[in-house]
Amino acid sequence: MPLDKWIAALFLVGSVIYGYAAFTYPLLPFERNMAFLPNTWPQVLAVLGAVLSLLILIARPEPADEEGRVLGRITRADLAGLKIGQAVLLVSAMIAYALLLRPFGFLGATVLFIVGTGLLLGERRVLVLILVAVLGAGLVWGLVDGLLGIFLRPLPWFLESTP
Amino acid sequence: MIEGILVGLSAAFSFQNLLMVLGGCLIGTFIGMLPGLGPMSIIAIMIPVAIKIGDPSAALILLAGVYYGAIFGGSTSSILINAPGVAGTVATSFDGFPMAQQGKAGKALTIAAIASFCGGTISAILLMIFAPMLSSVALAFHSAEYFALMVVGLSAIAAFAGTGKVVKALMMTVIGLTLATVGESALFNAPRFTMGLMDLQSGFSFITLAMALFALPEALNLVLRPKKDGGASGGEIKDLRITGSEARAIAPVIGRQSVQGFLIGVMPGAGATIASFLGYAVERNIAPKDEQAQFGKGSVKGLAAPESANNAACTGSFVPLLTLGIPGSGTTAILLGALIALNVQPGPRLMTDSPEVFWAVIISMYIGNIVLLILNLPLIPYIARLLAVPRTYLIPFILFFTLIGAYIGQNNATELLILVGLGVFATVLRFADYPLPPLLIGFILGGMLEDNFARAVNLTDGVSFMWERPMTLALLILGVALILLPAWRARRARALQQGTAQGD
Repeated sequence: MPLDKWIAALFLVGSVIYGYAAFTYPLLPFERNMAFLPNTWPQVLAVLGAVLSLLILIARPEPADEEGRVLGRITRADLAGLKIGQAVLLVSAMIAYALLLRPFGFLGATVLFIVGTGLLLGERRVLVLILVAVLGAGLVWGLVDGLLGIFLRPLPWFLESTP
Repeated sequence: MIEGILVGLSAAFSFQNLLMVLGGCLIGTFIGMLPGLGPMSIIAIMIPVAIKIGDPSAALILLAGVYYGAIFGGSTSSILINAPGVAGTVATSFDGFPMAQQGKAGKALTIAAIASFCGGTISAILLMIFAPMLSSVALAFHSAEYFALMVVGLSAIAAFAGTGKVVKALMMTVIGLTLATVGESALFNAPRFTMGLMDLQSGFSFITLAMALFALPEALNLVLRPKKDGGASGGEIKDLRITGSEARAIAPVIGRQSVQGFLIGVMPGAGATIASFLGYAVERNIAPKDEQAQFGKGSVKGLAAPESANNAACTGSFVPLLTLGIPGSGTTAILLGALIALNVQPGPRLMTDSPEVFWAVIISMYIGNIVLLILNLPLIPYIARLLAVPRTYLIPFILFFTLIGAYIGQNNATELLILVGLGVFATVLRFADYPLPPLLIGFILGGMLEDNFARAVNLTDGVSFMWERPMTLALLILGVALILLPAWRARRARALQQGTAQGD
């Protein structure tokens, strides 16, 4: 089964779950007599989603487009040509950044993130990379904190002065 | 009216106000380039500054300058790194980014600057002439018509996804609408589908979704297919100039979209986002067959249409604000707040009570547009050079801007995890050839669509408004036709093909 059909199947399951949640939505007492309920629209959407994903599932495979590539069908061979390992590492780096942003502070986490992902992508001039990361992080922090007045905790927890 | 224009001219050309326009445009452009900070947040941030100025016309001029600058800056990041920071510039990335990938970033930015300038200027003239008249048209639109108008917009988007992909595009639209239902429910604002998570109570944030759908898959794609990025970051900035034939091609587009964008902007609730999407869809549908195939692959028309439409709509959205005191968009709502804080009550009496404010704002719109053009055209080669950055620096910084854009708005690390999750999902969807723009558009319009639907249902105590109001009915039929037409055409083409095959 091509990838797009798998995804359509996933959408179908999702629509059914969403539909279940929409049809069993706990209404507040004063909402019951209204013409329009908080779950009216979700019910419409759940039905629409289920119908559409079924349509995609039963549709004939699409004809090849002008490039000759068959749309929506990724084979194992295609996947082998992709650098999935690197992408997975990058995604993990982003998750790590999300988790470390608070405890490490904006500047620390950002420099770490940019240097880390830069090295991951094959940059070898570590010092230049660190310099660029520090400059970039500092500039953005200055702009956001100084000019816009949005507070981002800049420093790691152990360097922070207690307010 | 002449008297008013003269009052406006003398107010707008004071040294202080010229400085305000210049400063506003500069600040708006630079901050607007950071994905994640749209005009709404920038204006909200600038309000204390504006109030400190004290003079209402100067303050409003500054804020209007920021508004234009932000819209223009937003299109820069859409074109260069496919990271639309503002909903109104999502459509810009459809054709702007492919152009940048083909090494025509400079040209794309130039077209964007010129289209924005024309859209802004033409609509400012329209604003001057039609402001009083158009406000009454806008009032004739009820929630039922708004609902129908959005249905038309959504089906137009799905219809232009290309043959064979209409169902997929519709599916993505429905998913976008579904994502929009997470958070607070329509009318009653009780938490809904939040799965008990506090962080989802305010729903998914637009910025997070935009970043996850456009910028993140783009960056991941650069990593996954390293060979393909030669085009994107080749750094070659060729043909900055627009050729004569291109100018002739985009001139009617700009003219049409300036007027259409303005008209859409006038309607409260529509605004720059709908204007740009509808502008894109309309231009694609009326383009000749061979040019139609170019849309989405770097068509100059496809870039000029949303750019002129969104700037025209920005101006148009001032009509209901200045003449009725009804803000047509989130941004003008914030402006309304600023005006009231400055002791100016926008509404029908504004033109008679304080004409200098009304006219100074309109005149400063021209000045703002000219300043933007002067400011941006010489800067374009430098801005476009961003793409020459080596990928070992470019990708980390794109990812960083993506993440921080989502973080600034919410100050919430959970947002980043949602962003990464949705981004990975979007990358998979891209591989399976599901079009992503309809998802985001569905999400943006979802809230408004449900609210207007709810209001219409409550007013008529049922769905009878769909056939009782002629305007609604006509719009809904148009929406259905837009979806069915390509499907029917494809089916007929296939039937013809099969017929000939059997005949052999």
